[in-house]
Amino acid sequence: MVEHAWLIPLLPAIAFGLTLLFGRRGPGEGAYIAIAAICTSLAMSLIVAARWFLAGGSEAYHGLYSVSVPWMPAGSQAVETGFCIDALSVVMLLVVTIVASLVQIYSIGYMHGDPRYPRYFAFHSLFAAAMLTLVIANNMLLMFISWELVGLTSYLLIGFWFERPSAMRAAKKAFLVTRVGDVGFLAGMILLYLKTGSFNLFGANGVFENLSRLDVVGPFGLPLLAVAGLLLFCGAVGKSAQFPLHVWLPDAMEGPTPVSALIHAATMVAAGVYLVARMYPVYLADSSGTALQVVAYIGAFTALFAATIGLAQNDIKRVLAYSTISQLGYMIMSLGVFGYVAAVFHLMTHAFFKANLFLGAGSVIHGTGTQDIRDMGGLRRKMPWTYWTFLISTLSLCGVPFVTAGGWSKEEILAVAWHTNRLVFAAGAVCAFVTTCYMFRLVYKVFHGEPRNKDIHAHESPRVMLAPLVILAFLAISAGYVGTPWANVFEHNMLPVLGHSYASVLEHRLEGMHHGFNPVVFFVALTAVALGVGLASAIWLKPLLRIERLEPYLGWLARLVENKYYIDEIYQATIIRGLMLASWIAFKFDYWVIDYAIVNGTAYLTRLASQLYGWFDRTVVDGVVNLVGWTTKTVGNALRYLQTGVAQHYVFLTVVALIIISLAVLAGHYREEAWIPIAGFYR
Amino acid sequence: MSHSAYGIPISWFLTVGALLFCIGLFGMMVRRSAIGMLLSIELMLNAANINLLAFGSYLRVPTIAGQVFAIFVITLAAAEAAIGLAIIINIYRLELHIEADKITSMKF
Repeated sequence: MVEHAWLIPLLPAIAFGLTLLFGRRGPGEGAYIAIAAICTSLAMSLIVAARWFLAGGSEAYHGLYSVSVPWMPAGSQAVETGFCIDALSVVMLLVVTIVASLVQIYSIGYMHGDPRYPRYFAFHSLFAAAMLTLVIANNMLLMFISWELVGLTSYLLIGFWFERPSAMRAAKKAFLVTRVGDVGFLAGMILLYLKTGSFNLFGANGVFENLSRLDVVGPFGLPLLAVAGLLLFCGAVGKSAQFPLHVWLPDAMEGPTPVSALIHAATMVAAGVYLVARMYPVYLADSSGTALQVVAYIGAFTALFAATIGLAQNDIKRVLAYSTISQLGYMIMSLGVFGYVAAVFHLMTHAFFKANLFLGAGSVIHGTGTQDIRDMGGLRRKMPWTYWTFLISTLSLCGVPFVTAGGWSKEEILAVAWHTNRLVFAAGAVCAFVTTCYMFRLVYKVFHGEPRNKDIHAHESPRVMLAPLVILAFLAISAGYVGTPWANVFEHNMLPVLGHSYASVLEHRLEGMHHGFNPVVFFVALTAVALGVGLASAIWLKPLLRIERLEPYLGWLARLVENKYYIDEIYQATIIRGLMLASWIAFKFDYWVIDYAIVNGTAYLTRLASQLYGWFDRTVVDGVVNLVGWTTKTVGNALRYLQTGVAQHYVFLTVVALIIISLAVLAGHYREEAWIPIAGFYR
Repeated sequence: MSHSAYGIPISWFLTVGALLFCIGLFGMMVRRSAIGMLLSIELMLNAANINLLAFGSYLRVPTIAGQVFAIFVITLAAAEAAIGLAIIINIYRLELHIEADKITSMKF
């Protein structure tokens, strides 16, 4: 089965074509085709995973299975394409197929009655195909292509309700902002190719085996490896919505909520983390560690920054969007402090609980018809299934130790950070506290208290939407038990992905780390969660603390946070204004210099020249032509009088001519020189 | 100028021929009637015949060629008269006259 893993992305691709072409006439208006394909992919992924982990100890599958076939000949060598199956791909395959299949099933209920229902499932299938290709690609080129394809499907699905101008704008914004990062990815990929001569990641000629060739000083005194790592990280910053390219993700919430759950929470945005994880040898080979430090600080900053914004948002999906940015920052931060395994672990658990949170939010929106949490409240009794699954995933996101998946993964990140970088650890701990605050604020405002808007009559969602919620809630608890500190199956399987040499580099970096249960970290994490829950309860559940009273002193801070630190406005004022100015200048240049001076000038000169030429043509050339005609006509007119038509006149003329010629002949006869040659004939 | 056996100089024949030709030419130029013009052409042809006969006879070795040529000319004249008269009759039928200078229906 591992040999046929390439079929996993192929099935949704076929489903995409079928649904797009025959969607309306297909079973379930096309939905069942897409769901059948993704469920088959899920089954195949499970088989691959089973084969993989059961054969984990044997030689055959140890570490990596990678095959390549020639793709396109380029010069003396052929660019190859292929797929690889290792623990990282298997984890990603499982995450993507599980979440995608559940979200698609959920969408049957959520998207019911939409005018473009088959197209929705077609796009979902295309996304699944691209994302699954991305996670099993064994070369950078295929990765980049599928990376762009998931960006495309993200664009298509954010703008799915393109009748709304805001959705249209959000889709464009997401596409353009991620494109900024993709330029970095492309540049990094080209840099790696130039130095190693291969797009392939693995094998003796692959990128990872030849990274020493990049160990030279590049621009800014940085080793070329650090430059390559940072360029690749640019792609991750764009796709995973890290500061400063995070602005697209909150706006992406304009798409249908299941799309937000699948693409903008669980899978596609995690592709940036996956990219850094997949290319981790590049970062490990960089002995200066600059790239990883940048990764760590950007991740830590984003995690804190986005979490604080999440505190002050009133749109249920936007809170979750900032939470996603924050959690992605957590993963990126973890990668930066050598928490490779922890980052992938958190990616997996986050995918489950965040997908569940988004689907829960979708259920709430479906039930109430609004996204504004100020209009909700008291939904606990009306939507019990949604409430309990939402609460479980909230606990998982907050990282409640021992009982939730998010607890295990978050503490693993904190444990690594505790060992390598205390500053990052502090940021992570504070972030965990803020996360708990905003999540419980959300839970209290949505589900607790009394309904604030009496016009909204909430109802529980249909079963087809609740079943995925329950399954994901189960996973949000249970997925963590593969990576407990005591029996870390996850780590045991993930480390060989890096290969022997890089795994030992990583182990060397983490030398002396307390493996296993870390009581300090456990205590800090528990304190953060407890404080967060306590504070949130004191403010929003039982109004013990009245934050309204802080308004005169801290009102500016609240407004700052509520307006997302004015980042969008700053971009509007600087980058967008600058671009508009540049394009205005370019437009004016185009208008006045190119169009007016060059094009119109040339046209004017051409017209002038052609006028001159026309004058010449009309007077001189035509004049000569007319002169010939005029001469012919005049001479003809003159000679016309000879042609009387009277035979006698002709005879007369003949006779006269004859007499003259005869006289001339006779005269010539007696002359020394004949002036008519015929006279000489008679001599 | 040699004299022939008849003792008459060739110039006499030529003079008669020239006179006859001039009369024919003059008639050709001044006659308005097409019939008259046809008659004048006959005169000019016969003037040529006289010359042909005279030159044929007055060669150093006299030949019959002049007389043969004259026969040809007469044949030609007959044919020409036939065609000419046919044309004239047709013109007369159309125009009811045969005044040559008034037949201008084909003039531009």
